[in-house]
Amino acid sequence: MECVFGMVGKRFALVVADTSAVNSILVHKSNEDKIMVLDSHKLMGASGEAGDRAQFTEYVQKNVALYHFRNGIPLTTKAAANFMRGELATALRKNPYMVNIVLAGYEKETGPSLYFIDYIATLHKVEKAAFGYGSYFSLAMMDRHYHPDMTVEEAIKLAEQCIEEIRSRLVVAPQNFVIKIVDKDGAREHSWRRTTKD
Amino acid sequence: MARYDRAITVFSPDGHLFQVEYALEAVRKGNAAVGVRGTDTIVLGVEKKSTVKLQDSRSVRKIVSLDDHIALACAGLKADARVLINRARIECQSHRLTVEDPVTVEYITRYIAGLQQKYTQSGGVRPFGLSTLIVGFDPYTGVPSLYQTDPSGTFSAWKANATGRNSNSMREFLEKNYKETSGQETIKLAIRALLEVVESGGKNIEVAVMTKEGLRQLEEAEIDAIVAEIEAEKAAAEAAKKAPASKQT
Repeated sequence: MECVFGMVGKRFALVVADTSAVNSILVHKSNEDKIMVLDSHKLMGASGEAGDRAQFTEYVQKNVALYHFRNGIPLTTKAAANFMRGELATALRKNPYMVNIVLAGYEKETGPSLYFIDYIATLHKVEKAAFGYGSYFSLAMMDRHYHPDMTVEEAIKLAEQCIEEIRSRLVVAPQNFVIKIVDKDGAREHSWRRTTKD
Repeated sequence: MARYDRAITVFSPDGHLFQVEYALEAVRKGNAAVGVRGTDTIVLGVEKKSTVKLQDSRSVRKIVSLDDHIALACAGLKADARVLINRARIECQSHRLTVEDPVTVEYITRYIAGLQQKYTQSGGVRPFGLSTLIVGFDPYTGVPSLYQTDPSGTFSAWKANATGRNSNSMREFLEKNYKETSGQETIKLAIRALLEVVESGGKNIEVAVMTKEGLRQLEEAEIDAIVAEIEAEKAAAEAAKKAPASKQT
């Protein structure tokens, strides 16, 4: 029931994720932040097994930081995406990470970019991506209303439409969502869409 | 004597480990490095040999970041330094990964010193030929620290210290002139200590300042300005000394 989706706009990229932490029929908390700020200009929305999610995303974050200290410059979004894919691929036939990731990043040279990385190490560079049951609704909504070079307002409106669709059509819809944005000023939390205050 | 310095694992009859002492000699031949701890600022300064004209000086950074809040300067074999720095950087991230907390300055110093000690007690390896000055602010407490390690693997905390070429003269100067300082005063004290043994000028010194916000490398122009200030102060002090004497005649 975890919903993560993202899209690329004009000189920014957006990642939206639900904030529920669930174990079978119990909701542990509804303010779990699943979009990790990988470094100053990268966002990583992750869904899947909670333990694997934490383990893998933290491991990637520390390796990205190590690269920065060793080389004096940060990894590009493309390089980070490929690093993640490589780690997932290596673990796949032994001890797979059950994590799906939407990676968004911004570089001055290449602008915003979005990558779809699933748990069996599929890597695609895309304009819009979604994971989970919510993807049936958010992807359809984005297919209908997305166009390249959207403004932040347009993209947020589209994200809201996707969230509304998930809320009304998914049988056990998550209660709250968080929206994070990355642009030339960096990666940061944009806003929440709540139905409950946790 | 000669029989006891071949293999590192062998003590001499009078209790020396000659390889470690020879490593300390290598440090004494390395470039001068100084570190000064203030209340809100810690300064690292390193001598830069300006004889290489064709070299791109940006590729030779002598003061490096180990993490956002820790920096290191060293004197001795620079290639050995690369290895230690790499291991320390990995340890900084590894610590963050396992305990979700940044390292304290003491922790990473202990780690580096531990590594240096390991190489004084193994077969077929030689010690790392460098002494390091490690500075930083501890997470949460914000306490500033300056530590020094040496090839034997010992480490200790200092208010101000120097290593490398002419470190004794610099340490003497610091012992005479050290007082609790902050901000610009700390930077000046570090540069004054370095100027005791290094040719004056911004292109002969590399200075980095660690505050709670992070590490900042000073630009050559900034260093030149501070050096000019220091020289002006020195000249004023000289003049003041001469002036009362002339009144007597």
